[in-house]
Amino acid sequence: MATQSEGVSNSGLMGWINARFPVSQLMREHLTEYFAAKNFNFWYFFGSIAIFVLVLQIVTGLYLTMSYKPSAAEAFGSVEYIMRDVDWGWLIRYLHSTGASAFFIVVYLHMFRALLYGSYRSPRELLWLVGMVIFVCLMAEAFFGYLLPWGNMSYWGAQVIVNLFSTVPFVGDTLVEWIRGDYFISDVTLNRFFALHVALLPLVLVLVVAVHVLALHEVGSLNPDGIEIKKQKKDASGKPLDGVAFHPYYTVKDIFGLGVFLTLFCGVVFFAPTLGGMFLEEPNFEPANPMLTPPHIKPVWYFTPFYAMLRAVPSFAGTQVWGVIVMAAAIVLLFFLPWLDRSPVKSIRYKGWLTRFMLAMFVVSFIMLAVCGMKPPQGIYPLLARIFTATYFAFFLLMPWYSRIDRTKPVPDRVTYHAH
Amino acid sequence: MEHDVDLGRRQLLTLATAATGAIGVVFAAAPFIASWEPSARAKALGAPVEIDITKLEPGAMLKIEWRGKPVWVLRRTPEMIASLKTDSALLLDPESQASTQPEYAKNTDRARNPEYFVALGVCTHLGCAPMPKFTAGDVTIQSNWPGGFYCPCHGSKFDLAGRVFKGVPAPANLVIPPYAFISATRLVVGADSAKPA
Repeated sequence: MATQSEGVSNSGLMGWINARFPVSQLMREHLTEYFAAKNFNFWYFFGSIAIFVLVLQIVTGLYLTMSYKPSAAEAFGSVEYIMRDVDWGWLIRYLHSTGASAFFIVVYLHMFRALLYGSYRSPRELLWLVGMVIFVCLMAEAFFGYLLPWGNMSYWGAQVIVNLFSTVPFVGDTLVEWIRGDYFISDVTLNRFFALHVALLPLVLVLVVAVHVLALHEVGSLNPDGIEIKKQKKDASGKPLDGVAFHPYYTVKDIFGLGVFLTLFCGVVFFAPTLGGMFLEEPNFEPANPMLTPPHIKPVWYFTPFYAMLRAVPSFAGTQVWGVIVMAAAIVLLFFLPWLDRSPVKSIRYKGWLTRFMLAMFVVSFIMLAVCGMKPPQGIYPLLARIFTATYFAFFLLMPWYSRIDRTKPVPDRVTYHAH
Repeated sequence: MEHDVDLGRRQLLTLATAATGAIGVVFAAAPFIASWEPSARAKALGAPVEIDITKLEPGAMLKIEWRGKPVWVLRRTPEMIASLKTDSALLLDPESQASTQPEYAKNTDRARNPEYFVALGVCTHLGCAPMPKFTAGDVTIQSNWPGGFYCPCHGSKFDLAGRVFKGVPAPANLVIPPYAFISATRLVVGADSAKPA
């Protein structure tokens, strides 16, 4: 497609605007002349879908804030008010609760793409780190948000997680009291979690996502073959041989992907919003009761893998802090991924069976840890949790070794692409 | 492999997609906009109010709250009702052409039953609550005062049917809310009939 001529963006209304704000230049740099490889597959939908879900959460969250009351006395009742008395309140609430779970599904799949194709490898290490910051902020946002309905699981889940900080040596108890602002999870805690969930973290998330996209555009997107298209020869009009303009090719393709996502998403929202107690948990349909712990406390499904690791590590030398350290390490280790992977090739397509096996084991470990985290710590689950914690860590800790010794295939110059 | 672009087809597809998307956006936006309508709770709190007027003496006025505003019920004496026919010269809109009232209150008495005057106690200027000044001939207000209401905020004056005087800041007669008699001793304010909606 021919690029815009100079005259079009410098005359008339656009000329007036462009002289004051670089609209046309930004459109070119980030859309019409941002070239991405033409072989993007299924795994490449989730970044744009994640942005959509972020916007959805902000809009539905905004509308919830119009009727929600952030006090211990009124919070639970205000959620019932939204569900029953506010016109379409039930829909806005279900969009937000389903959106929270959808956000994690999408983000986990998005991160998995990076593992598959080496999207975290040089020169994209910083891109990966920024993404990890988004992930940590997202976990915090979900945690703060979960207290707000002030249901019984909200209360006890917050109790357990805030109490984790008491394991920090020397300052633990002071720290916990400072986080809560009170001697127990109270109205004070609820109000400040509300401020963090509604005002601070959404702003931080939007800014870090912007940084994430800018960091991506600086180095360019990778692709399923792990080939750097910017290093390819250019065609007559200056674009890389295997590149296509992001707009219109990927804007249109991403809209299609969004359509498929929305179909599944709306299926859940309208026909199964609680998803059998996975998305909206049973104990949370009762108000918070400091005198009555639910028979089985567990976080929402997206935190259960890490929860399983926390419980898997026994107490030692009189402290539980080791479980906390292991759980934190599971996330911190992800930050180091660009430097753990020593393979000469980026994409799994050109790596050997050892790497494929380790990645498959990682996926199985993560899923099994999630299952263990959802179950009470009885029967074979505690043992399974320990085994899969070990295999989860092995994926990372052994990577410098297996990524180097594994056989690789030669990476072609041109991407694998079959026209439809 | 280059082939000529069918621009017509491209335009049609783009237009069709954009139109479908626009329809989708409208449907998606509708619940959010609708959520701003008064909620079921607000509607319940704003429901019509019943008033017992058994104990209301002639010449006396009671006040109740409906939808956050004061509603007056004044039991007019025969002298008060008579004054309504003779004070037109003082009034801006004696026929209530430009004011808000139900059809049954678009008359000289501005009421279903001349004996009972029901109105919102909100000055049509800037919303203060006018004061009752029922004594005819009260020279502290003006020399030919027929009896009515006086608003202390900016000096607007209304007669005993809430009709605004000429030459005052208020632009219109007092608003008459919908109301009805359930029986001779009970009123409902906020509905046009005594039957439940």
